[in-house]
Order: sequence, then structure tokens, then C-alpha cells
Amino acid sequence: MHEMALCEGIIGIVEEEARKRAFAKVNVVCLEIGALSHVAPEALKFCFEAVAARTIARGARLEIVATPGTAWCMDCSKSVEIKQRYEPCPSCAGYHLQVTGGEEMRVRELEVD
Amino acid sequence: MSSERIIQVERDILGKNDRLAADNRARFRADEVLVFNLVSSPGAGKTSLLVRAVSELKDSFPIGVIEGDQQTSNDAERIRATGVAAIQVNTGKGCHLDAAMVGEAYDRLPWLNGGLLFIENVGNLVCPAAFDLGEACKIVVFSTTEGEDKPLKYPDMFAASALMLINKIDLAPVLDFDLARTVEYARRVNPGIEVMTVSARTGEGFSAFYAWIRKRWAKLKQAERTAQG
Repeated sequence: MHEMALCEGIIGIVEEEARKRAFAKVNVVCLEIGALSHVAPEALKFCFEAVAARTIARGARLEIVATPGTAWCMDCSKSVEIKQRYEPCPSCAGYHLQVTGGEEMRVRELEVD
Repeated sequence: MSSERIIQVERDILGKNDRLAADNRARFRADEVLVFNLVSSPGAGKTSLLVRAVSELKDSFPIGVIEGDQQTSNDAERIRATGVAAIQVNTGKGCHLDAAMVGEAYDRLPWLNGGLLFIENVGNLVCPAAFDLGEACKIVVFSTTEGEDKPLKYPDMFAASALMLINKIDLAPVLDFDLARTVEYARRVNPGIEVMTVSARTGEGFSAFYAWIRKRWAKLKQAERTAQG
């Protein structure tokens, strides 16, 4: 259940921002989660409510922007989009892919009062 | 009037762990210690593999081991029986080691100046993939009893590892284990992954593994000398 640790990471960031920027309530936490990152958005949403209770983020809505997985195909010499790590290149069906994007797990912005 | 406002944050969720991992990495570099993070599913044979490796390498290098498990100090005791220093980290309900745990465990080890540190992560092919501990690289231990398609089922871990050690190779004949298919699947998720077959029970394949370690160790020394000018 590393989702719990990730949610604790999110709350840690929200609490630090609250101290720095002086807000008392968070309405929305907006995340950017890549298709090839280490977590499924549904699992994060499931854990977030439990971890956020009794913190400044209590009751906040979690919004997740999904970013696509991208890879460089060494055989086609071009950038392609993939949904999973084990997927072949959509152009040549080969597996000589180097992942170039979609691994992000970031807090993008907060809507606060 | 609503006081609602939007604050741009743009921070990595694992940023705190990554900063602590960077601190660990700087300490390992200062001590010239080569660090491997061993990951696998439970029962792949990480500890048996380590017991053999540290027994056979301890006359060549200062060696330390950090053992991660949810409970018990059984694994650290198995390592200590070889005469090598080991620190047990119990994660309780936690499913992975993080950089803070490794930093604290490293404080409790003797000085490994110019040596090797093996971190045996919690047996789990999912969560430890996300957590940088400051290691030089991850080594995924896969055993022949697990089924050839493990790399496809748990792609993140195989993508995050530099080396796949295929353990229990002595059992391959009775299992009808398909080595070529396993390697093909692993390279679908990580075209650059290196592969070696070993048996922690018989010792088969370990000399190649040690040669791989020595090569990486020599590279680290080379990099240090270049950095020092």
C-alpha cells in the first residue's frame, strides 16, 4: 500500500504550502499523474480521504490530471505514445522503447481559502 | 466575496524521499561505497543469495547489509552468522523501505570505506519500485518458480532495475522453465536490463555476478579519481 505513503507525501506538501502562503482551508488538490507512474489514480483517491482526515486538507477534493505515457522508439527514431510499459511501439510493433514521459507524480496546484 | 484562490505548487509527491535519497547518495559517494538495492517478490531467494555473496566477497571488500522486512530480525541474523554486519529495519505495516530508514540504518553500520552495501528491500514487486534509497542501482531477483511472465505483470520493478538475477536456476529442468521467454519479457519493459542466471543453493553463476560487481566497483573508483582530478 505505497498509496498511503504517497498520500502522506501529498499532505506534507499541502501543509508546507499552508505555512508558506498562509491559507487555512483547501478545497481542491490538483495532481498530475502519469500513465506510467507507480500509482493508479483510483487507488490514490481511495486513500486520500482517509489520510486527509484531521489535516488541513480534510474534505478537499482530489482532481487528477492524467498525462500520457511517451517513449522514444529506437528502431523508428521517433516519439510514440504508450499506455503501459510492456506495450510495443504502435508503429513498428517492436519493444526497443525508452520511456521519455508519463512517470510524473506531482502536486500541480491547490484551490484554497 | 469568496477568498478562494489558486496556488501553483508543481512539486513531486515523492520529493521529500528523493531529497533524502540524494543525501544518502552523497554520503555513499563520500565513503566510496557501492550500494545495491535488492528487490523481488517474497521467497525469490534474496537472503540466501546474499548469504552466499557476502560470505564469498567479505575477504575482498568491507561489506554491510541492511535488511528490510515487515517483522522479525531473522534475515539480519542469517547475514550476521557469516560475520558480516547487518542492520534489520522492520517496516511494521509498511510495504517498502524509504530513504529515511536507509539513512538511519547506515548510521548504525560500521564504516564501509571503499566497500559494498547491500540493501535487501521488503519482498514486494510493487511498492519498492517507487522509492529511491540512494543506491547505485536496483537488482531484481526473479526465481524460476515464479512464472516467465512476471516482468509483464510487474513491469515497474523490472523497468527500474539494472540487473535481473534469475535465481534457482538449478530447478529449471524440473520446472520446464523457459529462460529465453523470461528474458524476452524483461527486455520488453526494459531493453537495457542485464540478465544473469544463478543458484544460491549450488553457487552456479555467482562468479559472473561477482565479476559484474567488481566491474561496477572499478567504475565507481574511476569516477571518484576523475572527480578528484
